[in-house]
Amino acid sequence: MSSLVVQGVVLGILTGGVYALMASGLTLIFGVLEIINVAQGILVILGAYMAFVLQQTYHVDLFVGLLITIPLMFGMGVFLEWAFIRRIKGDRITLSILVTYAIALIIEGILGYFFTTNYQVLHAWYIDATIPVDGFYINVIYIFVFLLSVVLLGILYFLVYRTPFGRRLRASMQNRTAASLIGINVSRVQAITFGIGVALAGAGGVAYGATNAFNPASSYDLIYRLLVIIVLAGMGSLGGSLIASLALVIIGDVVALVWSPVWSSTVFFVLLILLLLLRPQGLFGRVEGRKQ
Amino acid sequence: MKRVKILVLLALLLIAIVFPVLISPTTAVNDMAVYTMIYAMGVTGWNIFSGYTGYISIGHAVYFGIGAYTMALTCQAWNVPGGYLPFLLLPLAGLVACAFAVPLGFLALRVRRYAFSVTTIALMFIFQLLGYNLRGITNGSLGLYLPQPSWSSGVYDLPFYYVGLALLLLAIGVSWRVRHSKYGLGLLAIRDDEDRAFGLGVKTAAYKLSAYVISAFFVGMTGALFVYFLGTIFPQFVFDPIVDVNLTTMAFLGGLGTISGPILGALIVTPLQQWLLLQFGGSSLNLILFGSFLLVILLLLPQGIVPSVQERWASWRAHRLELARVKSLNGTKNQPALVEKREGR
Amino acid sequence: MSLLEVQQVSKAFGGIQALTSCSLSVEKGSITGLIGPNGSGKTTLFNVITGYDSVDAGDIRLGGNDITRAKPDRVFSMGIGRTFQLTRVFQRLTVLENMHVALPRKVRGLLLHWGSPHEQTRALELLDFVGLTKLKDQPAGTLSYGQKKLLEFAIILVAEPKLILLDEPAGGVNPTMINELGSRIRALNEKGITFLVVEHNMEFVMGLCKTVNVLHRGTTIASGSPDEVRLNPAVLDAYLGA
Repeated sequence: MSSLVVQGVVLGILTGGVYALMASGLTLIFGVLEIINVAQGILVILGAYMAFVLQQTYHVDLFVGLLITIPLMFGMGVFLEWAFIRRIKGDRITLSILVTYAIALIIEGILGYFFTTNYQVLHAWYIDATIPVDGFYINVIYIFVFLLSVVLLGILYFLVYRTPFGRRLRASMQNRTAASLIGINVSRVQAITFGIGVALAGAGGVAYGATNAFNPASSYDLIYRLLVIIVLAGMGSLGGSLIASLALVIIGDVVALVWSPVWSSTVFFVLLILLLLLRPQGLFGRVEGRKQ
Repeated sequence: MKRVKILVLLALLLIAIVFPVLISPTTAVNDMAVYTMIYAMGVTGWNIFSGYTGYISIGHAVYFGIGAYTMALTCQAWNVPGGYLPFLLLPLAGLVACAFAVPLGFLALRVRRYAFSVTTIALMFIFQLLGYNLRGITNGSLGLYLPQPSWSSGVYDLPFYYVGLALLLLAIGVSWRVRHSKYGLGLLAIRDDEDRAFGLGVKTAAYKLSAYVISAFFVGMTGALFVYFLGTIFPQFVFDPIVDVNLTTMAFLGGLGTISGPILGALIVTPLQQWLLLQFGGSSLNLILFGSFLLVILLLLPQGIVPSVQERWASWRAHRLELARVKSLNGTKNQPALVEKREGR
Repeated sequence: MSLLEVQQVSKAFGGIQALTSCSLSVEKGSITGLIGPNGSGKTTLFNVITGYDSVDAGDIRLGGNDITRAKPDRVFSMGIGRTFQLTRVFQRLTVLENMHVALPRKVRGLLLHWGSPHEQTRALELLDFVGLTKLKDQPAGTLSYGQKKLLEFAIILVAEPKLILLDEPAGGVNPTMINELGSRIRALNEKGITFLVVEHNMEFVMGLCKTVNVLHRGTTIASGSPDEVRLNPAVLDAYLGA
């Protein structure tokens, strides 16, 4: 039984990184633009399809393909922000849910049109290979994907906390008006941040596609889990989304192995409810002060 | 002006009543009309909470599902035959949904406004999973059957349509009453500035929870009617995020917080979705078209159709009044002794 | 006889000590002023009195009753009304509807229309008092800043408060309006309502208030008549010094 737990934990850590990657994009976007990008799920799937195309048609390795996918997704993100997100007027947060949902539908439609709704898988020599560890087998792909997550999250951390751009980003996150008053071009920061968020989704897509069969409709399950993660984390906290992703995936995997896969998703949601009962602002969210 | 309004409403009601019998061309269109009526009732009910308080619940499908399963399981347990009897169970479905709404609403309302929306989704998914996994009760993904009414296929839709219409009228009535009551004023105040409302003596927690429960009643009945019409029930089609999205979209499109907005939204979205699905469903083109449509409307009319139209109408009227005033001024320019007359308020 | 007693109240936000053993008393039937440089803790004090923030230490009494831990709705029902620096009105409701939100009603009557004849009379009376009757059917969001302030004022009058806390009522308002505000406050004071006014506009405060308290760095450094306070060296220091 304990070996199952260990297995669950290890698996959780390896795959939790993927969720952390995807969730960090959502968190960043919420923090800087104050919108909930419901399209994040389908953007992940888009990344998976991009890797699929690169691999099938051009025989580019999945991870090498990232060099193409990431910039492309970044560009698309900037475009989406400029073309649509920026134009949202009125109740921004709620409208953003619907607008990004509309965008998600369009992307889902486009993917469905070109690739049909059949499930696809990404192929590579390392996907089916396994390494025996301590009595059970770990798919090599999980390790690769974990390393990818670590590298990308590391780059993100560096970008956000150690560069001038990151400073401008964090300033915009804390107080948009003040930031623009001290000369920060907030619109630019927002566009770039959205681009980064989408790029992260795309990268997450490669990781996701390598470890799951996917079709356009897979985005739904994904986005719900991501939303739960960021609410658990306390919306707007990057560190929180990392911890929440790991915690949820690990617990989910342990439950799946020890009890039954059927209940692992439920546990996800039940834990969220319990946590919000005790701590309504999430793990790392700030308690909303009274608006003056 | 008021007389015209009442006449228009009566005319609409008349059209609605005779539609399936006199106006509608095919039974397919009647099918559509039933779905539209059902959704219109659901959105109107949803709007009583989310529209008036501003707390957008994107997980109300949980009550859709609870109402649906109440209908299905009660029919099964009491051996209710198809026909008119199951319609009597609709209020029961609504009440069961209310019973669940009390604890669930209490839970969900503890968190901040935007975390609230996500919490409602989480609750919905928990129930979806329960629906799949509590096989003893729900028969899991194999689903259940609802009793088959014995009406002939030509008129199959009609009872459903009229029950739906009756419930819609009920929902409109409740929504209207709430809107013009002191209770509704409190809800709207919560939407504009919850803390301030609390500071002025509005018992915000009770107001929010009660509105939440009322809306659950209508969405519960929506689910129950829906599955009875369909004849089958599966967890993924009643605890379905698509239902949530539909409710939210229809309300927003029409105009959140208005009374006619949600109905208009249902009238536009339901047939459009169905039509697109039939025409282009195979190639996923329907998603692209619907998504684009939605995007355009949301960016151009962020408040929804009804409020935008109301605004245009009001500013057009003001413009006309101003023109008339200027005209009358110009007319008296040549008579300096006349005192300027101001019309209107 | 003091109506409001604030005793040794302290409040910190994270690392910042907003109020340090702050004490203050407001005499019944008076118009008392509260001044102090920016950041001295005036708004925090208001928040703490009206229950929007909790205290770390100390107590607050209204007419002898302890209201230290009371929430905003209880404070309101006990007779304290309060306005905000940045006006808070219900933007999408009309001016008249705004008034009716604060009018209390028993649960039994909640489903009836929001304006009974008696309530309408009262609401219109108060709107007339502040001069906003002509705008009663306009959405509150379309009002000018000064008009919103008057509306906010009218709203809290609905509950017939014993004590009104005004947070910078003259801020951002033109001189004519300031005089109107001043005369309204005096008129209400004559009817028996006590006022505690936070203001930066010295002329306004000194002309209106009998007693003035000075807050600096979270604690009261002076209290007395306007003349006394004006000449107090500690006060001058606080404003001009670090």
